[in-house]
Amino acid sequence: EFTRLNLKHDPGKMKEYHYTGPVEHRFSPYAFNGGTVLAVAGEDFAIVASDTRLSEGYSIHSRDSPKCYKLTDTTVIGCSGFHGDCLTLTKIIDARLKMYKHSNNKSMTSGAIAAMLSTILYGRRFFPYYVYNIIGGLDEHGKGAVYSFDPVGSYQRDTYKAGGSASAMLQPLLDNQIGFKNMEGVQHVPLTRDKAVQLVKDVFISAAERDVYTGDALRVCVITKEGINEQTIPLRKD
Amino acid sequence: VNSRHSVERRDPCRKYLLSTKHISVINDKRNVVLESSLSELGYKAPIARKTGTTIAGIVYKDGVILGADTRATDDMVVADKNCMKIHYIAPNIYCCGAGVAADAEITTQIMASNVELHTLNTGRPPLVAMVTRQLKQMLFRYQGHVGSSLIVGGVDVTGAHLFSVYPHGSYDKLPFLTMGSGAAAAVSIFEDRFKPNMELEEAKQLVNDAIAAGIFCDLGSGSNVDLCVITEAGVEYLRGYDKPTMKGKREGQYRYKPGTTAILTKTITPLSLDVVDESVQIMDTE
Repeated sequence: EFTRLNLKHDPGKMKEYHYTGPVEHRFSPYAFNGGTVLAVAGEDFAIVASDTRLSEGYSIHSRDSPKCYKLTDTTVIGCSGFHGDCLTLTKIIDARLKMYKHSNNKSMTSGAIAAMLSTILYGRRFFPYYVYNIIGGLDEHGKGAVYSFDPVGSYQRDTYKAGGSASAMLQPLLDNQIGFKNMEGVQHVPLTRDKAVQLVKDVFISAAERDVYTGDALRVCVITKEGINEQTIPLRKD
Repeated sequence: VNSRHSVERRDPCRKYLLSTKHISVINDKRNVVLESSLSELGYKAPIARKTGTTIAGIVYKDGVILGADTRATDDMVVADKNCMKIHYIAPNIYCCGAGVAADAEITTQIMASNVELHTLNTGRPPLVAMVTRQLKQMLFRYQGHVGSSLIVGGVDVTGAHLFSVYPHGSYDKLPFLTMGSGAAAAVSIFEDRFKPNMELEEAKQLVNDAIAAGIFCDLGSGSNVDLCVITEAGVEYLRGYDKPTMKGKREGQYRYKPGTTAILTKTITPLSLDVVDESVQIMDTE
């Protein structure tokens, strides 16, 4: 529209358009603290992994701030996004877990936690928790389960999911290596625990190369019926 | 009757010179309107890639040392893990560039070209002050739209000099300088340990540590440290002087067997050619 208007005038002169002048800046209640989380479900195990870098803008707040939080003996949640909301959300989940245990005399199952989290998140539909959640754990039958969420509570059960700042880099790689997508004539071998841990480590090494928000260290939580085993491995610090 | 044609009008060079006197900025206001109307529709206008850098320079006993990191970012994704930010201007003058990658690159190339012509015109080797003056006059003319922040350093007949030039055209002349997103991290090292007339090894270590501070503490900087030592005797360009960060070692094998990609159709067209020349170029896959 405005290009047509321009031709009526002398092409040497530029028409004065009403464009935005000074802009009023409002206080933003959110901040982006970076971080990547990843969860993989196996036959009898689940893995939840996250990097440990906490950043804001171009600075690093902490090199040792893992984003995996233990909920029960069989469930771990990974939260990335705005760190303030991550902390508050995990506090709320812990409180609700306790309440459930006291009322029902048993721990919440992974599926139940996922359903509950969805309602908690949707309760703040119009001022959301700026958190990308991924729950990893064992279901009632002892099989690995991964539930991935969006900031307002939409969720589904997956075999594997990446969330956070480097999710767009990790997800296609997992689709290829775990989901065997875009490959011909490859045997679909079921994922063993050691292979899965190795894959998670390698995938984060690659993410740290290209995503500035991912790095410092990787925290891997492996959930089996024996319990939760945590390991920390170093990543690039630049 | 003499029909005289104006030689001036016919002269192709004059037209060329006129049209390339300077880059036109008449689209500036159009771009602002475009950006606002694009954001209304939910699109983002394309942004120029910035280097998100740490660059630094010091004057030491025998000359100047310039340092830079080697990461170029596209927003917050690493676009180039090993780019060169120390640019050649003259045999005795080098320039580190921060800010918009293309602007830093082109500006320094223009300067290098102008300096060479100036040298041929005057028969004298260039002065660092001359480069700085040309840079600031050009950048001021573009009113900050050419987003390059530069640290110019060199040794000329008047001695060793170090200048920093900002996108709007201001400059500083100091014994030590830092620019880029990692400037704050780097200058803290200089403020702690800089002394006038340092020895070569101590000075190299200082610049190295300053750039390393930027690499570790600034998300926009990373990978390796490049140094450039300029003295009366000559220039030592130390590409990859230090590599404080290493890529993690992957445990698994991720090579694909031939046949992994599905072949839908196959047509072979034979070309009868003779091999004339063969050359091998190693790909930089790291």
